[in-house]
Amino acid sequence: MLLALLLIIPLAASIAILAGAPARLTTLGAAALNLILGLFAACCPDCAGTISWLVLESPAIHFSLGLDGMSAVMLVLSVIVTLAAALSGSCPEGREKLWYSSILLIAAGAIGAFISTDLFFFYAFHELALIPTFLMIGILGRGGNERKAVAWKTTVYLAFGSIVLLAGIILAGTQLESFSFEHLAAVENHQNAIALLLIIGFGTLVSLFPFHSWAAPAYASAPAPIAMLHAGVLKKFGLYGLLRVGLAVAPEGMQHWLNLLLVLLLCNIIWVGFVTINQKNLASMLGNSSVMHMGYIFLAIAAAIASGGNIFTADGGLTLAASAAVLLMFAHGISIALSFSLADRIEAKTGTLEMNKLGGLAKTAPKLCFLFGLVAMASIGLPGLANFAGEIMVFLSGFEGWTSDQELGPVQIATIIAIWGVVMSAVYMLRAFRNTFQGPLEAKCENVTDLSLLEKAPAILLSLVLLAVGLYPNVLLNLLK
Amino acid sequence: MHPSLLLILPLVSAVVIHFFLQQKRASIAALVGTLVTAATLGLSLMLLGSENSTTLFNWIQVGDFKIDIGLKLDQLSTGMMIVVSGIGLLVHVFSLGYMKDDEAKARYFGNLSLFMFSMTGIVLASNFIMMFIFWELVGLSSYLLIGHWYQKDSAADAAKKAFLSNRVGDFGFLIGILMIWGISGSVVFDEMSLTAGTPFLAAAVLLVFCGAIGKSAQLPLHVWLPDAMEGPTPVSALIHAATMVAAGVYMMARFFYSVGIDVIPECSAMTIAWIGGITSLFAALMATQQDDIKKILAYSTLSQLGYMVMAVGLVDPNAGMFHLYTHAWFKALLFLGSGAVIYACHHEQNIWKMGGLLKKMPVTGWTFIIGTLCLTAVPGTSGFFSKEGILHAAHDKSHFLFGIAVVVAALTTFYMFRLIFIAFLGKAKNKHAEHAKEVPLIMGVPLILLAVMALFSPFLGSLIPAVDGFHPHIGIEMNLVTGCSIGAFILGLAGAIVLYKEKESDPLAGNAVMKVFRNKFYFDEFYAKLIKVFQDLVAAVVHFLDEFVINGLVVGGLTRLAQGTGNIFRAKMQTGSLQNYAFLFGAGIILVIYLTVFL
Repeated sequence: MLLALLLIIPLAASIAILAGAPARLTTLGAAALNLILGLFAACCPDCAGTISWLVLESPAIHFSLGLDGMSAVMLVLSVIVTLAAALSGSCPEGREKLWYSSILLIAAGAIGAFISTDLFFFYAFHELALIPTFLMIGILGRGGNERKAVAWKTTVYLAFGSIVLLAGIILAGTQLESFSFEHLAAVENHQNAIALLLIIGFGTLVSLFPFHSWAAPAYASAPAPIAMLHAGVLKKFGLYGLLRVGLAVAPEGMQHWLNLLLVLLLCNIIWVGFVTINQKNLASMLGNSSVMHMGYIFLAIAAAIASGGNIFTADGGLTLAASAAVLLMFAHGISIALSFSLADRIEAKTGTLEMNKLGGLAKTAPKLCFLFGLVAMASIGLPGLANFAGEIMVFLSGFEGWTSDQELGPVQIATIIAIWGVVMSAVYMLRAFRNTFQGPLEAKCENVTDLSLLEKAPAILLSLVLLAVGLYPNVLLNLLK
Repeated sequence: MHPSLLLILPLVSAVVIHFFLQQKRASIAALVGTLVTAATLGLSLMLLGSENSTTLFNWIQVGDFKIDIGLKLDQLSTGMMIVVSGIGLLVHVFSLGYMKDDEAKARYFGNLSLFMFSMTGIVLASNFIMMFIFWELVGLSSYLLIGHWYQKDSAADAAKKAFLSNRVGDFGFLIGILMIWGISGSVVFDEMSLTAGTPFLAAAVLLVFCGAIGKSAQLPLHVWLPDAMEGPTPVSALIHAATMVAAGVYMMARFFYSVGIDVIPECSAMTIAWIGGITSLFAALMATQQDDIKKILAYSTLSQLGYMVMAVGLVDPNAGMFHLYTHAWFKALLFLGSGAVIYACHHEQNIWKMGGLLKKMPVTGWTFIIGTLCLTAVPGTSGFFSKEGILHAAHDKSHFLFGIAVVVAALTTFYMFRLIFIAFLGKAKNKHAEHAKEVPLIMGVPLILLAVMALFSPFLGSLIPAVDGFHPHIGIEMNLVTGCSIGAFILGLAGAIVLYKEKESDPLAGNAVMKVFRNKFYFDEFYAKLIKVFQDLVAAVVHFLDEFVINGLVVGGLTRLAQGTGNIFRAKMQTGSLQNYAFLFGAGIILVIYLTVFL
């Protein structure tokens, strides 16, 4: 029942808002309640229970919810970012209904996708979350008429990814006993085709190269809470799906495409890394950096594929590679949400995100500077913050099982190249921090007030999570056991 | 007293200062930082020489794989802790005076505590991953302290450059750690076992060494260290002369002795030795033509670090560690001395605008001269004994490297006495130097204590961070090596007397070769070009391709196709609002699902 509540609360709240309830208050209440319930469910999976109602006999489709280690981590990520997103951004006058009900709908969709244990609803909940995302970019996004084009592009892209993904799921599902997660197993026929469809389908949703160019403009135009929720939470659907579904139904197919995946993920890191270095606008820079960092999570998935495709160990825990992927998904989700939340404040205070018009902001807004510095360091992979723990585990899983009497395999070589990405991240992040906060005070930064308590709230919430997981990653890894 | 207090105390201090004391209670912040450092020095003295390994807690555990946070105590780490906390304390005390009126004094002391925490972590780390964690954290504290005056463009740029240069080195370091993990099956120092001739070992050793190239500023990643002098001078003394920059040498010593120095492949060892040798020579040449007192000392540090790295490469890390130990005291002394001079001359750093300071500032002047005598290895001083060990190691292995080491010794004497003649002797060259006054007691006392340590450190054998019961050779015997060392000193001193005694301007300024030295062999210009071409240009081209080929043609085509379809709908349905598109999108998806699943 607890799991159903996690879904019902945001859905009911969004309906209440559309019916005229006070939008901000209802949203914050629902998000806070969901945070408490979500954390409780994650810490005590037995209390969470499961639900399974048969919806259709043939093919067997259940509306079923359940929680295990991996979905518990994703659930915690969703509820934390939802609350932070509800507290972030500034809603234009008169648009509260659309603004807050969208936030809640996206949250409901994401939570639904992560706690569903049936392929059909897993997929359907994600689609549900996409619709308000497009709406918000198109209607309340930044940048004049351009935002409509961006909304269009995002729609087309994600629709393309969804359809390809659906084809893959159906091709696999017809060979399975049911769509239920417990019946997921390696299928007999067409593994290669299924694997390719899933890599492209899920990959497009996660901005895998070369299907990545929707992401940065979408995040740069989306209102802050939407960028936070999509980049932080919803995007992880694709990675979660590849790990949970892709590796289970087509392990050999994935193996077949391993080298292709390695090339694509290296393009995410190196190619998009260069694109990121060349950005002049803070929001586009952050959007591109988010695309780049997906490469590391794909690398963990590639390592999982290379080690046979089974992500579960004998005692039911996750393997090193899968744990690395989940930990980094979580860390990235929190850190990118924090960056978008703060970038939005920078724009609200200075009126611009063009880095050459900013400078010296540390003087006038030291708290903003501290928090942005913290998230920049997280994104660079500084130890003590969650992203480092994830990245080092990814790199270790790339070398897991390699001994000196073997040649370096493709995964090891990809890992070595991928590590160059930590240099590139430092280049663009420090450049952005240097240009925005350091140096002489620019005109636009002169009459800036520092973050108020309310503005600080989401950033402090997210920073504390980054620190807690970074200082003691076992706090999250223990959930995976 | 649990050794973990060594880590906990400075961490608590950093957190308390940053979050609770801040600028309003800056004086309390300064006091907290200083007292905590005094406590860690006391603790380090109590732990000196103890041998054990403890696990504090389990940081990451997945199945059988785990990474622990643990402490490894032995002579190497506890001796190094004396250097870190001893110099740390004196630098804190000196800073009480030097940073008295700084508008961000609390931030300064908070970051200093953060540094003490991170450096302690490197020294006591029980495994490579933990060492890497703290390795990155000292990088952060160095970044924050170099950029202390972040509103100056030069300081902000220098901080960024330091971080990025270190990152490039860490790229190799991390790969090296991963390979060592694969080769030896463990990242724990006590559990690494290797046999000679293992494939990939030579590569792994060199990759691990990349970390030292970055942190210890060896060629070709040395460019950040001179720029790091933008930070407050006490920081330069502690971080960029005595401790952090020597962490590369410490790490290599820990690594070599953990896997056993017999298994280190000859080719990687010699590469390391040559990088050290070349660095020491280039840096010494650059130092001869610098006019900024801190830059001279910075290049001198580079050059001495080159010596230490050379000793590591000559498979005698103990000799390198001994030099690290003596160098830490006298170089910290020289840097703090330069800080005192800069303080007295109203932030003038150009030695050609000083002069005659010895008479006006006797404590600073004479302690500076003691530091110089140690650095230039006058027989009987600490620098002489430790340099001797390296010269012997070089003489045994490679005559070329020995030759380089002797030339560097002569150059060291030359550039240091050039500094003494111009800044401390002769006539005052401007009114600030004319009116310079001795620094207050709080800055004078650390100088005196450091001078004492600089002179007597070799005789305090139990403090020396080394392994296997290392005892330094203390004594002067006439042999080829000692003869060369003394000859080099005399030659360098003679050169400095002839060229710089009572001079008003540099007689070598017009020389074309000297211009190359003055401009640091044009490394910075070369790197600026390299970054322009290989990073910024590539980034621009890639961005262009990404925008116009992948996004514009492939995706744009798709979007226009979809938009065209949308327009047909729009024409038919007369709407045009996004809500309707979204509705159509949702309906379409549901339709597709319906068709495929249910039919």
